[in-house]
Amino acid sequence: MNHLLEVKDLEVKFALRSGELTAIDGVSFTLDKGERLGIVGESGAGKSVTGFAIINLLSRPGYISAGKILFEGQELHRLSEEEIRKIRGDRISMIFQDPMMTLNPVLTISTQMVETVLAHRNVSKADALDLSLENLKKVYIPSPEKRLSQYPHECSGGMRQRIIVAIALLTNPSLIIADEPSTALDVTIQAGIMDLLLELCETEDMSLILITHDLAVVSQVTEKIAVMYAGKIVEAGSTETIIRDPKHPYTQGLIKALPGSLQPGSRLNQIPGMMPTLTDIPLGCAFHPRCTINATVCQMETPALISVDDHDQMTACHMVK
Amino acid sequence: MRTWDRFKKSYLLYSFKRDPIAILSFSVLFVLVIISILAPVVTPYNTYDTSTYDIMDGETPPAWMEGGSRTFMLGTDIQGRDLLSTMIYGLRVSLLIGVGAVLFQSFVGILIGLLSGYLGGKLDSFLMRLTDIQFSIPYLIVAIFTSAIFKLAFGVGRYAELAVPLLIIIIGAAHWPIYARTVRASVLGEKNKEYVEAARVIGISRWQIMFHHVLPNTLTPVLVISTIQVAENVMSEAALSFLGLGMPITKPSLGSLIRSGFEYIFSGSWWITFFPGVLLIIFILVILLLGDWLRDVLNPKLYKG
Amino acid sequence: MFAFIIRRIIQAIFVMLVISLVGFLIQHNIGDPVRDLVGERVTPAEREVIRDQLGLNDPFYVQYARFVKKASKGDLGLSFFYKKPALEVIVSKAPATIELVIVTAIILIIISIPAGIYSAIYPKSWLSRIIMAFSTVGVAIPVFLTAIALIYLFAVELNWLPSYGRGETVNLWGWESGFFTWDGLKHLVLPSISLSSIMLPLFIRLVRAEMMEVLETEYIKFAWAKGLHRRRVWFIHAFKNTLLPVITVFGVQLGILSAFTILTETVFQWQGMGFMFLEAVDRSDTSLLVAYLVVVGAIFVSVNTVVDIVYGFVNPTVRIAGTK
Repeated sequence: MNHLLEVKDLEVKFALRSGELTAIDGVSFTLDKGERLGIVGESGAGKSVTGFAIINLLSRPGYISAGKILFEGQELHRLSEEEIRKIRGDRISMIFQDPMMTLNPVLTISTQMVETVLAHRNVSKADALDLSLENLKKVYIPSPEKRLSQYPHECSGGMRQRIIVAIALLTNPSLIIADEPSTALDVTIQAGIMDLLLELCETEDMSLILITHDLAVVSQVTEKIAVMYAGKIVEAGSTETIIRDPKHPYTQGLIKALPGSLQPGSRLNQIPGMMPTLTDIPLGCAFHPRCTINATVCQMETPALISVDDHDQMTACHMVK
Repeated sequence: MRTWDRFKKSYLLYSFKRDPIAILSFSVLFVLVIISILAPVVTPYNTYDTSTYDIMDGETPPAWMEGGSRTFMLGTDIQGRDLLSTMIYGLRVSLLIGVGAVLFQSFVGILIGLLSGYLGGKLDSFLMRLTDIQFSIPYLIVAIFTSAIFKLAFGVGRYAELAVPLLIIIIGAAHWPIYARTVRASVLGEKNKEYVEAARVIGISRWQIMFHHVLPNTLTPVLVISTIQVAENVMSEAALSFLGLGMPITKPSLGSLIRSGFEYIFSGSWWITFFPGVLLIIFILVILLLGDWLRDVLNPKLYKG
Repeated sequence: MFAFIIRRIIQAIFVMLVISLVGFLIQHNIGDPVRDLVGERVTPAEREVIRDQLGLNDPFYVQYARFVKKASKGDLGLSFFYKKPALEVIVSKAPATIELVIVTAIILIIISIPAGIYSAIYPKSWLSRIIMAFSTVGVAIPVFLTAIALIYLFAVELNWLPSYGRGETVNLWGWESGFFTWDGLKHLVLPSISLSSIMLPLFIRLVRAEMMEVLETEYIKFAWAKGLHRRRVWFIHAFKNTLLPVITVFGVQLGILSAFTILTETVFQWQGMGFMFLEAVDRSDTSLLVAYLVVVGAIFVSVNTVVDIVYGFVNPTVRIAGTK
């Protein structure tokens, strides 16, 4: 079985002066060509770190301490600087959260697009410019020629995010990793970006990893979900199954917290407490302090991620048999 | 006693013990300060007293070189003074001026910053305008110019007599803006806190609030800049003395010694400039290092990962 | 925006007035214009006559107004020593100082930018550690000690470079320049290196700090994610953003540098404005002193004002807030 991307037992640690912190503790998942995976969780769960780890873009004190990342047959974590540089932006593109901060304020849009093409393809500047223009059209940017000579601050937030999507597409990547791509945008624009991503994945036959805390978005865009909590995957499976029948208490809490299922005027269902910080992860199941069940075994033993009734649904909970 | 106990358990002491540079700087500084305070006791000669030396002894090299002798360990300067003793007296004067100027600056600066920050309004605008103007002129120019004027006004002789207090005032006056600004910024921050509101509600007078409540809480940044200011003041004094606008040659500071020795490096008597120069650099360096460490420790925002 | 410029200019004029007042007070109380004009061998009676003629017995504000009027026309009094108008003396000495400052600025740029960028990109390398150590220690070393050390090493011991003066200069329409002869250039080396040693630690640290901050931004991370070559990320994406704050600081520091020329010119007997100032102190040449104050003050205030205005153009938050 040849997956496009296979992440096995990934561990990411942060080497600080005061000691080492584990940000990701044994995460595994696979992704096939054309599949769309959502990695869901609250802030600090480790979702973004997972995304960065795949293309080895971890900020300085962070490093991959264990595990394997296989992409199109290559072991990404073992590649040299130059080899992984070739893959970044070419085979795997990444989209960041805040479109305002993602584009360099002192360079024009065209510079930032053309340079991406030239970094990975042996073409002339004019060809690169044409390709950029074509991609701007693909993301439905009006008057793209004008945009090219503009600076980022001359474009609106939604426009900037589309441009970033356009940049991500320039090299026909096999995989796009989108890290909270619409969080910094308002709701209507958000919907537009998500629709765009969905459409492009289908037309360009791309795989997508959507990293977000927004279950509603995930349910519309993805086919598979992995729910993360405190650095581990606690539930994984097809989107449809997980949303319909979540087995892990945390996932259940997340779904119940969605306002869509409520009567107007009633209180929102919140999961009490907060996710633990990296220094304070509880023993046993990391979720047990906030869990309604919270049995003795939950406080002592870390549950493993195992299959439940359906083949593809996996849950890490002692109480689920 | 309780303050001492609190200090012993404090974060300050803890991080001090873990930082080798801080420990080294502090030790060196401590030794230098003690030596300079105890100068009359520690030095073989009191070279500020003109009767203790003879110009015929001038330009003797250090003890380990040819022509040197153990009576003058580091040699003598052009007037025949033992260099080692003169250096220590010079260090003492520099330290005196450095600390004296800091007291002057902090007094003026804190007062202005406190009034400006707490009372606000037209007074604030006026004082800050004044501060900005002086801030925009480099302090060294202010110091050099002021001392030049004083020298012309008082005449060389009288200027030499009054050198120490005059220098304290001159150097102090050149640097007070930084204190005013820092304290004002602190006061503006404290002004809106609840304890000030509470005090006002109870009916405590403005002045009481300013001096007894707000002021103590603004002193941490003052402490940080004061350490570094001592170093800057010492450097200013050295520069002034080097230019001939500071301590006179009869009661030289390290800067004056360097000045007097400068011409003689061409004729080979390098020690007159060298040893005072090295001492000056070490002295300033340890103060700066300690000041840097203090600033890092007292400032929780700086977390260097 | 316009209001901001006007406000800034008014502030500049105000500062100049303060400077001129200080200058006037000095001249009024310490200077002796009679002596400047006719020397010292004059009887007391003749002095009184001359004093009246010069208007020295007029009320204070009249004299001050006269002073300001004359100053704005360029008449800053007569130098007692040189027997020439003070402004003329200063202008003749200015090229020496200006050339020194130019060479120093070049040295600063050539060294601090690469050193700062390198130590920001590779903070743990041994070269970076040396650079940072140098910049920490360098602040503690007074400029005149650096100058003396350089003289001792290169002029006395090695005899490679001259130890004082400007050397051969070429007169270009009144500007005495040392740039056009080997001798003149050789004389420029040690003084400019000494002068740069004051600002070098500061600038290296500044460039490094700015660069490090830029390297942590999201857009740099995105540039890495796009798979761009290292050099492109560092020198196209990061460098441009680092330069802006550095340039503004540079402008201001250049003004401060002119203050420190006094210290350097003394050591090297460099016949510039700073050296002239000290000679004037020694000779009690008050007019020259006051003229120096006014001229240097004017240079200072104009540089500061221009830099502030340029910064206001470039940084929109300052424009909106007006003055800080």
